Amino acid sequence: MITVKDLHKHFGELKVLNGIDQHISPGEKVVIIGPSGSGKSTFLRCLNLLEVPTGGQIFFEGTEITSPKTNIDAVRCRMGMVFQQFNLFPHLSVMENITLAPITNKLMSKEQARARALELLERVGLPEKADAYPKQLSGGQQQRIAIVRALAMNPDVMLFDEPTSALDPEMVGEVLEVMKALARDGMTMVVVTHEMGFAREVGDRVLFMDAGVVLEEGTPKQIFETPQNARTQDFLRKVL
Amino acid sequence: MLSTLMLGTAQAASANLFDQWWLLIKDKAIAGDLSFWENIYKEIYQNVIFNNRWVNYLKGLGITLEVSFFAALVGLVLGMLLAMMRLSGVKPLEKIAGIYIGVIRGTPMLLQVLIINFGLFGSIAIDRVVIGVIACGINSAAYVSEIIRSGILSVDKGQTEAGRSLGLTQWSTMRLIIFPQALKTALPALCNEFITLIKETSILAYIALTELTKAGDYIRSKTYSAFTPYIVSGILYLVVTGVLTKLLGKLERRLRQGDNR
Repeated sequence: MITVKDLHKHFGELKVLNGIDQHISPGEKVVIIGPSGSGKSTFLRCLNLLEVPTGGQIFFEGTEITSPKTNIDAVRCRMGMVFQQFNLFPHLSVMENITLAPITNKLMSKEQARARALELLERVGLPEKADAYPKQLSGGQQQRIAIVRALAMNPDVMLFDEPTSALDPEMVGEVLEVMKALARDGMTMVVVTHEMGFAREVGDRVLFMDAGVVLEEGTPKQIFETPQNARTQDFLRKVL
Repeated sequence: MLSTLMLGTAQAASANLFDQWWLLIKDKAIAGDLSFWENIYKEIYQNVIFNNRWVNYLKGLGITLEVSFFAALVGLVLGMLLAMMRLSGVKPLEKIAGIYIGVIRGTPMLLQVLIINFGLFGSIAIDRVVIGVIACGINSAAYVSEIIRSGILSVDKGQTEAGRSLGLTQWSTMRLIIFPQALKTALPALCNEFITLIKETSILAYIALTELTKAGDYIRSKTYSAFTPYIVSGILYLVVTGVLTKLLGKLERRLRQGDNR
């Protein structure tokens, strides 16, 4: 579904990504872990071109999205993204937050979008919040709405950029529950996270990143129980 | 001047209360020995009441408000355009907008008005109100664009990213997500700019547009009173800006409360 070839990203002198090759299959749940500054968020953000790579290629469902000829907006309609800071639109109600993009991009009629939004709100347990504004919601609720907003586009893949890092501890669980349910439904997911429990439970494959490369990858069992690389072992010793 | 006054009062046969008061002190006025309060009444009578001169001020105020309103519209639209150009990331557009803003903010408004009036429209028959709207609008746009630009820059980058990640185009993201938030932040400053604009239209007196300042000036040319006509104009400016400032304060409080919703 997503193929990454020799991905590089430099911010001026700073080399954040130094050659990443990855293939993500449909339905796969890939969890990316690693110390901060290792480039994992940058890697994720390159996948939908929020960061434009300095070098290398990214293919999504057969299209090279790093090609300047690709209509990136059309590609992004099929890739949902959830941010650490939620980034809900504060001037719009929850319903408007969710239906804005599907309606503006003419993927659905207004009625369809509203129906879909209500169905999704039901699924994350927030059907009564449709007319609320983001500021009235807790962090956990906001992040669940943000997930719904991304899902409303009916994406083929969901990208999560540390979705629980900005949350109060007691709210982490409700967001992870939604993500687990999504995983059970077969969604393709790429998740950058510090939640090792989630990585172990949900991940099909875990990538350990450091210094802009994938140092080690494998099943959660391999990575968490028998890490081969010394840096992976060191990192896991600190976080587990 | 006094002779015209006397003629005028003589014609107003059905003399109203103000005229009657004037008749009471008229002779003393001609003799030049009015008391302090009588003198004040004389000034008001001559500069405001006589010959319905107050209508001149109100007409002037009307033109001031008309020019200000339309100039503000021109300034807002043009200012938005300039702000977008400066933030477009397209180098030539950024340059053009930058030069425009630099020139307008770096030269006196009076000079701009004179250039537009005598230079651009010197040989074209065109309503002075229109010239005033164009000149003030062009000037205001430079300031408005900076207000809007800072409003746009104050919106968190995550908002743009969220919009773009949902497949919205750059323009849709700007229009539906960034702009409404930027406008809300910029609204108090924009209203302030509008209040400033009302006062600055007085410069149009220079091109003989009978707005509020020129209206006062016109009365002065009739009565030779050095102070009163200008003070009457000034009071009218104060009333308008005062009311608007009060409303602006209300608006700001509303916006602050709205932040919690």
